[in-house]
Amino acid sequence: MEGDIAQLGQFIGAGLAGIGSGVSAIGVGHVAGNFLAGALRNPSAAPGQTATLFIGIAFAEALGIFSFLVALLLMFAV
Amino acid sequence: MATETAHGEETGGLVFHPLDQFIVKPLFGGDGPIHWYTITNVTLWLAIAVLAIIALFIFGTRGRAVVPSRTQSIAEVLYGFTYKMVEDVAGKDAVKFFPYIFTVFMFILFSNYLGLIPTSFAPTSHFAVTGVLAITVFLTVTIVGFVKNGLGFLSLFWVSSAPLVLRPVLAVIELISYFVRPVSHSIRLGGNIMAGHAVMKVFAGFAAIAAISPVAVLSITAVYGLEMLVAGVQAYVFTILTVVYLKDALHPAH
Repeated sequence: MEGDIAQLGQFIGAGLAGIGSGVSAIGVGHVAGNFLAGALRNPSAAPGQTATLFIGIAFAEALGIFSFLVALLLMFAV
Repeated sequence: MATETAHGEETGGLVFHPLDQFIVKPLFGGDGPIHWYTITNVTLWLAIAVLAIIALFIFGTRGRAVVPSRTQSIAEVLYGFTYKMVEDVAGKDAVKFFPYIFTVFMFILFSNYLGLIPTSFAPTSHFAVTGVLAITVFLTVTIVGFVKNGLGFLSLFWVSSAPLVLRPVLAVIELISYFVRPVSHSIRLGGNIMAGHAVMKVFAGFAAIAAISPVAVLSITAVYGLEMLVAGVQAYVFTILTVVYLKDALHPAH
């Protein structure tokens, strides 16, 4: 197994896919931060928008989960 | 995955594989072949989740007291929360789909939280389980859309507020995003639960190394707290996306 170039590629690829998780964390923070900024300007409108907040977070987070899945597939399935 | 059980031992540190917890094992009769009727640990925990939900609502609605008991309060809070969500997001005419949405929500919520009990099994970490849930939602929504609106349901893909030249391009994008829905819907839930459980196992592996075991144990506690949050939020997100898709089916016009 030592020096197997395909396995090297798998591990490097899995590590690169890990970047995706970090980037999706930026996206989730962006959604939540903007929601908070808006909610502090108009607190009375905030409770009605929590559903939208969670949908936005879910969409941003899903892409991070996809990259995690790619990493898992590279590590264990390829 | 079973063949890789010893995989971690060569590298030191982890003495078990973080993904071993997701192996589907038959409960009786050793490691025989798994057929669709074989009783496995997945079957067991799915059944426990269903029985827990039934028990909560039977005991919760037995008294029908004006001043609710503790069990009745929990049942009422869950019911009221979901009912309000359906009514607020999808409108009055979506309320007749409330039983289905409530069932999905309860099932995911209970599976997620039961999966957090140490040494238990989280059925929602398997894409086979979440995939069936998502495909069922997708088929329901598509059929409801066509039954309710006829061919008018296709106006969901024809964005009438966009300039005419852009509409065919947008139609293709909308069509693709519509068919990707069950994929992202199921992977979001399954991936989150699987990732959380795998992270806890990785920290549990670090706890075997004496120098960093206090940090590792504290980390497990912190991650467990985070997972309690994630379990609730992901059940909520799955449900609210179901409601949003249902709203699209009932009122397809942009």
